[in-house]
Amino acid sequence: MGKISRRTMLGATGGLIAGGLLKTRADALAAEEGVARLQTTQADPTKVLGAPTSVLGQRAPGEQPRRQMGTPATTASSRTPIEQLQGIITPADLHFERHHAGVPAIDPDRYELLIHGMVDRPMTFTLDDLKRFPAESRLCFVECSGNGGAAYNRNAARERAPWQIDGLLSTSEWTGVLLSTLLREVRVDRGASWLLAEGGDAAVMSRSIPLEKALDDAMIAYGQNGEAIRPAQGYPARLLLPGWEGNAQVKWIRRLEISDRPSMTREETSKYTDPLADGTARQFSFVMDAKSIITFPAFPNVLPERGWWEITGLAWSGRGRITRVEVSTDGGRTWAPAQLQEPVLSKCTTRFRHIWNWDGGEALLMSRAIDETGYVQPDLETQIAARGAGSSYHYNTIRPWRVEADGRVFFAQGEGA
Amino acid sequence: MNRRLLGPAPQWLKRGRLAHIGLLAATTLVSYGCGPNAPNSQSGAAVSGAAVLARPEWPSSFAIGHDATPAQIAALDIDFGPDGAGAPPGSGSVAEGKVVYDTKCVGCHGLTGQEGPNDRLVGREPRDGFPFGESRGIRKTIGNYWPYATTIFDYVTRAMPMTSPGSLTPDEVYAVAAYILFLNEIIPEDAVMNAETLPAVVMPARDRFVPDDRVGGPEVR
Ligand code: HEC
Repeated sequence: MGKISRRTMLGATGGLIAGGLLKTRADALAAEEGVARLQTTQADPTKVLGAPTSVLGQRAPGEQPRRQMGTPATTASSRTPIEQLQGIITPADLHFERHHAGVPAIDPDRYELLIHGMVDRPMTFTLDDLKRFPAESRLCFVECSGNGGAAYNRNAARERAPWQIDGLLSTSEWTGVLLSTLLREVRVDRGASWLLAEGGDAAVMSRSIPLEKALDDAMIAYGQNGEAIRPAQGYPARLLLPGWEGNAQVKWIRRLEISDRPSMTREETSKYTDPLADGTARQFSFVMDAKSIITFPAFPNVLPERGWWEITGLAWSGRGRITRVEVSTDGGRTWAPAQLQEPVLSKCTTRFRHIWNWDGGEALLMSRAIDETGYVQPDLETQIAARGAGSSYHYNTIRPWRVEADGRVFFAQGEGA
Repeated sequence: MNRRLLGPAPQWLKRGRLAHIGLLAATTLVSYGCGPNAPNSQSGAAVSGAAVLARPEWPSSFAIGHDATPAQIAALDIDFGPDGAGAPPGSGSVAEGKVVYDTKCVGCHGLTGQEGPNDRLVGREPRDGFPFGESRGIRKTIGNYWPYATTIFDYVTRAMPMTSPGSLTPDEVYAVAAYILFLNEIIPEDAVMNAETLPAVVMPARDRFVPDDRVGGPEVR
């Protein structure tokens, strides 16, 4: 973050983590975690012997990003502070959470995955079994289907930070065995077309998944960013469905039942269906359409002075690669192509950057993502016209930000932009 | 429950609605289910954008993993689909369901299933139409939004009551499903729910659900 002071970046208003506070909180946390030696920074570190090596690294005391719980704090979800992260990877301990009955404590030694139903040979696999199969790693995002709900609103509040809009989005390197590899072992019957994926949590979460996806790029993942999947992300193993809504990617996966019809679970009827203005509701709406959000500058940032600023953010599509991101600083009258930071991967977040010379006047910033299918992230009115204002899930409209002449930045969806 | 023992899939799944999924997958599996070395060429073409299903050097089976016993399967196989597949024996009346509800559910779902504090389970309004896409103001309930009655059994068996999930007997779940359906004015007060009657209940929102028509490309849907 170099030249910009912490106070500038975090904004003068409302943040839990305005400069002074953050330091105090970091100190408290450091003491709590037994890392007192990191509490103070040295005026001249070249004159004091540094700290010794350690078995487990710690973040710098002044860098203590936290998952955002909302107010009042919710127990069913927590959000990734996307505006505090660099690049595209989400540190595993900041991956967003959405649980339906808490995080189960599963003994990895007793863990088994059962695959049965329309198969020749019903089988179980221990965690060691899963790890013995040929493995794959891939980078991809996981996103809750309800992400972006705050942006699908003509009267959206101005004081909305990126995490409040799109914090149910995280990107990891996932490692595991392709589901197709396991399905070769059980030998799926002719005529099978669906499977029921079921978790071992207290909700025994279940979703019906088309077999086509299972044979394409679905994975039973046990690794996340180089280590074992965190309990909150499905330890010891989860279903990973690249590009699809998070809810379908059942965590703590314990059972896959192959069949020829969906099971019509609560999560694919009562929830995760998208009502439309024509009196119907879209069901099995799995894919996350192309989206982007500018994460800087955004609320609650305050730009302290005119001049050169890098507008940056994330773009992603569940249908493949992001091919282009365009940025507008004049409310959509003109658009310029943003620079896409490598790597640009299919079904993964892509970091975009656009250098901007702010003249000190009011500006309306927007980004729009275009994916390899030619889909262009729509504005709010276009999407409302297609779906209806009451539609839910898959909110991928343009997220506009208003920069005021005094440098304060606000979420601008409510301006009817 | 093993669908092999059942008849064909429901009509709505066959008539092109989700047919693309079924057909592609089936095509793939013809080559793949039958022969040890089949996967690569044929199936790779059948499934769009498919990863390679097997590498040339792979054996037909890695012989990793274990046969699942019928007992292991029965212990986990709790799903109850709209066709009645997986329905356990048992039954419950509306009156029995009221007792279950008043002792185990009322604190979180309210005296008549409408008061919360957690999800509202009861309510038919608006009786005409299905205006959820127009306005976010209307609360979704089992009576106005759920397409299948079997989902009540399936879900409550798994997840409710929230603080002691999986604790209800099949009789209790049939009964509480009956009571919730009665409160929603979908079945009469003397109805009894069991493996046959519950799947036969036709929910008001049954025909409201359509397959996803978003396909990418330039059109916003
Ligand atoms: C301790 C509180 C609590 C108790 C007791 C409880 N529930 Fe729930 N119930 C919840 C919560 C919270 C949810 C929402 C869970 C979620 O969204 O994942 C829920 C969801 C449901 C739903 C799904 C609603 C929807 O629209 O999707 C049904 C049906 C349900 N409960 C039935 C019952 C029944 C029947 C009982 C009694 C046997 C019961 N609940 C007892 C808290 C409770």
